[in-house]
Amino acid sequence: MKQDTEYDIFDQNFIWNPFPAFDSVRESECPIAHSDKWGGSWMPTRYEDIVAIAQEHDVFTSREIIVVPPPPGQLEGPYGGVKAPPITSDPPDHHWHRRAILPVFSPQSVATYEQDMRDFCNGLIDGFIDKGRADAAADYAQRIPVNVIARMLGVPVEMSDTFTEWVRGALEVGLTNPELRRANRLKIIEFFIGQVNERKENPRENDLITDLLALQVDGQPAPLEYVIGVCNLMLVAGIDTTWSAIGSSLWHLAGHPDHRRQLRDNPDLWSTAIEEFLRAYAPVTMARIVDRDTEFQGCPMKAGDRVLMTFPAANRDPRQFDRPDEVILDRQNNRHVAFGAGIHRCAGSNLARLELKVALQTWMERIPDFSLVDPGSVTWAGGQVRGPRQCLVSF
Amino acid sequence: MKVRLIEGRCQGHQMCAIAAPEIFGSDEIGNATVLIAGDIPADLEAKARRAEGNCPERAIEIVG
Ligand code: HEM
Ligand code: SF4
Repeated sequence: MKQDTEYDIFDQNFIWNPFPAFDSVRESECPIAHSDKWGGSWMPTRYEDIVAIAQEHDVFTSREIIVVPPPPGQLEGPYGGVKAPPITSDPPDHHWHRRAILPVFSPQSVATYEQDMRDFCNGLIDGFIDKGRADAAADYAQRIPVNVIARMLGVPVEMSDTFTEWVRGALEVGLTNPELRRANRLKIIEFFIGQVNERKENPRENDLITDLLALQVDGQPAPLEYVIGVCNLMLVAGIDTTWSAIGSSLWHLAGHPDHRRQLRDNPDLWSTAIEEFLRAYAPVTMARIVDRDTEFQGCPMKAGDRVLMTFPAANRDPRQFDRPDEVILDRQNNRHVAFGAGIHRCAGSNLARLELKVALQTWMERIPDFSLVDPGSVTWAGGQVRGPRQCLVSF
Repeated sequence: MKVRLIEGRCQGHQMCAIAAPEIFGSDEIGNATVLIAGDIPADLEAKARRAEGNCPERAIEIVG
């Protein structure tokens, strides 16, 4: 059945608190809503449906994965062929697009960043701890992932603010402003073309971009579009997402003294607590494009339709999670899909988890007690990635 | 009790290794490996069940 609810993913109320809307669709006659807004999309809300769509990658393709259509003319315009492998790749190419970058993200590899991350977080806190207040989103959460990714990619960390601006332009503010989105995409691509050319002249040791340029596929060097595309994705996928997860977790802790106390008294809780924050405040919604006319759970989906991968809704489905709206720090069974499921499961999840752990633990060690200055003044971004953007706390 | 990975399902979420680091490890691309091939010691059985209950791909099978 097709049920038009005309949900609006950029509506301020929806961004601020999408969960009542997810619940009412999930418990209605048809748990998959449809809206004509923003280019049109389907919105599944049940865990089982969302995981099934993620698994059926031949019908639900990743040729576009942003929640709104690309700006007109992008594909025909400059660097139209540069995408964001492996996230925008379908099998069979997806396999090597993903396989090539996985070793960089293994638990063993990401562990080498831990100490620097901790030092960086402490340095940020040194900068505001004496003031008795700080913006947990803008002064802290936002600064951490970009620093890590810049070091991973071997690009200047001094450019962190610029990278943040580009990523917000391409993925956040830009989603409702096609001109801005187009401009920032080009800035990112042109920057990485410069980096690639520089590596060709001066190859570096232990350097991701140098290694990608040396990668052989069927006896040929990997296409340049692939190398630029991977760099583009790492910047875009690694920054907004993790920063939103850190920010939402701090926002939660600011309002829950009981949870702060439990974590202080029982540090063993951290590992389940982090998964629980990811479940309850999953930042990322992706999209799929329907390959051919298909009926899914009674919904007549047409070739070319966009389907939202509403991981935040899946994570609140009472069919899968007991008391889904409660944050339970020691939740035992937590098959959450904040990192997606199936072949596109977040390649950076080990890195993201480590960043989340280091950022939250360091904050809690130094600032064990803190609260929101004014809950109503917290601002949230949403659409593709949901999380607080301004979150003033005092301590 | 033994644990087994169902061929082709693991996508490397690593939730198993977080829940039961004594039983699950990771290969060079971050997919799960089983560290205890034989019977799981009785004191780790609860952890094995937790690993199974946290795998989003349902890639872990508990036998016996
Ligand atoms: C808490 C932070 C993060 C969250 C919630 C998150 C979420 C996701 C999700 C939901 C997907 C699946 C996309 C799909 O199904 O279409 C994904 C894919 C991906 N993520 Fe993350 N991500 C995070 C951090 C990172 C970081 C730090 C990196 C590293 C740079 C990263 C790199 C990737 C890559 C490369 C893919 C594509 C994998 C593929 O298509 O095979 N992510 N992420
Ligand atoms: S939790 Fe499941 S998918 Fe993830 S690494 Fe373990 S077995 Fe693989």
